[in-house]
Amino acid sequence: MSSIFKSASAIAESLSKGESSAVEVAQEHLDRIAAVDGDVHAFLYIDTEGALAQAADIDKRRAAGERLPALAGVPLALKDVMTQQGIPTTCGSKMLEGWRPPYDSTVVTKLKANGVVILGKTNMDEFAMGSSTENSAYGPTHNPWDLTRIPGGSGGGSAASLAAFEAPLAIGTDTGGSIRQPAAVTGTVGVKPTYGAVSRYGLVAFSSSLDQAGPCARNVLDTALLHEAIAGYDPKDSTSINAPVGKMVEAAKKLDVKGMKIGIVKELSGDGYQAGVKTRFNEAIEALVSAGAEIVEVSAPNFEYALAAYYLIAPSECSSNLARFDSMRYGIRVGDNGERGAEEVMRMTRELGFGKEVKRRIILGTYALSSGYYDAYYGSAQKVRTLIKQDFDAAFAKADVLVSPTCPTTAFKIGEKADDPLAMYLNDIATIPVNMAGIGGMSLPCGLAEEDGLPVGFQIMSPAMKDELMYQVGGTLEAALLSQWGKPLLSSVPALGAK
Amino acid sequence: MTLNYSETIEKYEPTLGLEVHVELNTKSKMFCGCATEFGASPNTQTCPVCLGLPGSLPAVNEKAIESSILIGLALNCSIAPFSRFARKNYFYPDMPKNFQTSQYDEPICVNGYLDVTIDTDEGPKVYRIEIERVHMEEDTGKSLHVGGATGRIHGAEYSLLDYNRAGIPLVEIVTKMIPGTDKYAPEVAKAYVSELRDILRSLGVSDVKMEQGSLRCDANVSLSPRGSGTLGTRSETKNVNSLRSVERAVRGEMIRQANLLEEGGRVIQETRHFQEETGLTRSGRSKETAEDYRYFPEPDLVPVAPAAEWIETLRASLPEKPSTLRKRIQESWGVPDKEMAAMVNADLLDTVVETVDLGADPTKARSWWLGEISRIANESDVTPQSLITPASVAEVIALIAAGELTDKLARQVVEGVIKGEGSPREVIEKRGLKVVSDDSALMAAIEAAIASQPDTAERIRGGNIPAAGALIGAVMKATGGQADAAKVRELLLKHLGQG
Repeated sequence: MSSIFKSASAIAESLSKGESSAVEVAQEHLDRIAAVDGDVHAFLYIDTEGALAQAADIDKRRAAGERLPALAGVPLALKDVMTQQGIPTTCGSKMLEGWRPPYDSTVVTKLKANGVVILGKTNMDEFAMGSSTENSAYGPTHNPWDLTRIPGGSGGGSAASLAAFEAPLAIGTDTGGSIRQPAAVTGTVGVKPTYGAVSRYGLVAFSSSLDQAGPCARNVLDTALLHEAIAGYDPKDSTSINAPVGKMVEAAKKLDVKGMKIGIVKELSGDGYQAGVKTRFNEAIEALVSAGAEIVEVSAPNFEYALAAYYLIAPSECSSNLARFDSMRYGIRVGDNGERGAEEVMRMTRELGFGKEVKRRIILGTYALSSGYYDAYYGSAQKVRTLIKQDFDAAFAKADVLVSPTCPTTAFKIGEKADDPLAMYLNDIATIPVNMAGIGGMSLPCGLAEEDGLPVGFQIMSPAMKDELMYQVGGTLEAALLSQWGKPLLSSVPALGAK
Repeated sequence: MTLNYSETIEKYEPTLGLEVHVELNTKSKMFCGCATEFGASPNTQTCPVCLGLPGSLPAVNEKAIESSILIGLALNCSIAPFSRFARKNYFYPDMPKNFQTSQYDEPICVNGYLDVTIDTDEGPKVYRIEIERVHMEEDTGKSLHVGGATGRIHGAEYSLLDYNRAGIPLVEIVTKMIPGTDKYAPEVAKAYVSELRDILRSLGVSDVKMEQGSLRCDANVSLSPRGSGTLGTRSETKNVNSLRSVERAVRGEMIRQANLLEEGGRVIQETRHFQEETGLTRSGRSKETAEDYRYFPEPDLVPVAPAAEWIETLRASLPEKPSTLRKRIQESWGVPDKEMAAMVNADLLDTVVETVDLGADPTKARSWWLGEISRIANESDVTPQSLITPASVAEVIALIAAGELTDKLARQVVEGVIKGEGSPREVIEKRGLKVVSDDSALMAAIEAAIASQPDTAERIRGGNIPAAGALIGAVMKATGGQADAAKVRELLLKHLGQG
């Protein structure tokens, strides 16, 4: 059996038993990418040579009797917002076309140390701004469940690569839902760890105080394995947490929620949520109750301001973070004819190099930070952030974890919301509060919506630095649903690349 | 110009404000591990962080925090238990991120003072300069605009950028408004910068080399009509890179503003550049349409929160104050107040100390530096220290003490050293300036003198000692002035039976 339909842990097991080689596994995934990525367009860059060399190295070391880390030889798809030395990193933007970073991000350093084989870089909304991957300068990614639909965003490429069986593991980044929403609409699992759990060094910043990298996979255990591989204190990131990494794998394997209190957030359900989403969500709650969990309802009254505050904080930080893209040192340069001055060349480059959504947010943020407006906009937004944290604190006093549907709807059609930024922003209504408070959040599939047969995501939120809890609840729910369904949800993905 | 300085002072009262930027001498930069050595080849001391490459993050240099706290303590400031960095956003090619990471509304040290003493018509007077804040920031890169008339970016043919300086830790020390200095404003400004420089040097936190830019002063000057009680519009003069220039810039700017006001004009709030050649300032950019820097707290850094015990340890480690040290030197050398003040005002105390440390007699060292060397320096409008090293001066003094040079010869040696003819010994060699101390050579000259003036010799033999002058003169002439006159006298008198 080809390794492409196996989980990361199953691949790891067969590698460690010598049933297959890392080179075989890498080649099978590269072949799969070659076969289906023309349709899916999950990848922006495929590092065939690098991946095979890395795999060969793992095989050699294993043959030499070296004790290797758990994920050694398992392939992975890397979101194109993470730097990898010598490998093109575009962030889905024309601005960085041709840029090859001279350094590895800390996540990549850790992946390499764990022997994870990096297949290539995945597509994303430009600079991680978007919920559909339609904002990529290199064309959209298609949802493997229905190629006419979006795979979510910004990390649509990473999520789609999992659902299309192009990779068993992927790295995403989540500023307002960019790991969890794509996971929800592709029927995969995505985790945004507590802010500071995974180093941001080498993650090209969108909104520094919200950005967090995290693991993506097709099941909870695989995300836990990847979480433990990439998390940990990094002196290069001042905001990283200086504490030991929790035992995520152990938590994912517990399969027990007896006596745990699970809080349903009143404000994250009801109006605006698709019927099929609500049905599957409620069924999942029942499954948790059957498993012995106690359900409580909690209220988070300030969540209604989360979206508005997010669209002040994130654009403000982005307007500053993206100022460095001025064509002077790297990336593209437009209009430098020897006559024009630096300022004009900067202006022409930024005009051509950035897409519409990025420009919209830079303008928003520049305005919000302007003298005279700062207090009213950025200042107030930070206060809302404090209120949201307080809402979470109050809720976590009543419940061990909180739950909600990950998104109000299933995957929409490509182009459907492209001209309506507000409708697009509403996609992230349930995921944004988690980033605002810096806590952990996971999305895992809880079935297919009746009306359209598309995956529905179930979100679990855990208190800061208690990411184990969402793995424990997620692992238990996944097992319960799997026994109901009799087979993994993703086994229903339509066949791809039947050429 | 119609008003001179004393007329300016008759009509107007000055208010000063001084901002001093100090480059710290930490081994590594403010936010990365790059070296900070001065004068390295362009762009060799850079990394992803100080080049602002996408994905890179800053990490605060602990040593820079320590230095800043030391400076604050030495300036009698309160040390903030909690301070933050902010981003100052503006576009310029020598700023790799297009924002400068700088402390803004939450500086590390606040509310201090520094006492300076200057010589007034009524004797020494102490001025207390109040310090508003001491804050940390990073330096920018350096640009060199090639071609074009002004040396500025506009109109330049091309620009060269060196990022070695980008990210070097800077501390900015800002005074409160300094009123009441009256006609002594230029001296007070200079004395403040000089005292500050001595303190920084004693702390060992900076090289404090104004000519290399490791200490830079911006002088804010405003005038108000005498007795009006109002505050005039200020200008900010930059590019003031010597103590002497501080004094000249303040004086020049006061005269310029007075004449402008006299002609019915109005002072514009603007940046001006001091011009070393003319002692005048020229207009830079206007600050009336103030640039909006869109400051906001740096989200990539956590607040600086130094432990109280650490601050106390640093306080206990403060070195002796330069003013106390000066008192001690004055007592041990027995120097009168006036001469001590002259040495300090001429910025020669450290130089004299250095010369004395090399073995020279304090009185002699003082007299050389304040006398002959200062005279030559004044003639060519340079600093005495730029002409000759303390080592050379100490050597010359030692040669005089050993009888190898006369005072007159020594002046020629010093002149030769200043002209670049080499070390004192080399100058002596090249110019053939050795004291003729060989008795036989002197005796030959003495005998020749006696032979040419037999009558004079006879009178001396007869007891007319004052007549010896003529013969000594002849000997000195014959030896080209290189003989020791006392020695000649001794030998001559002995030879003629009068010794």
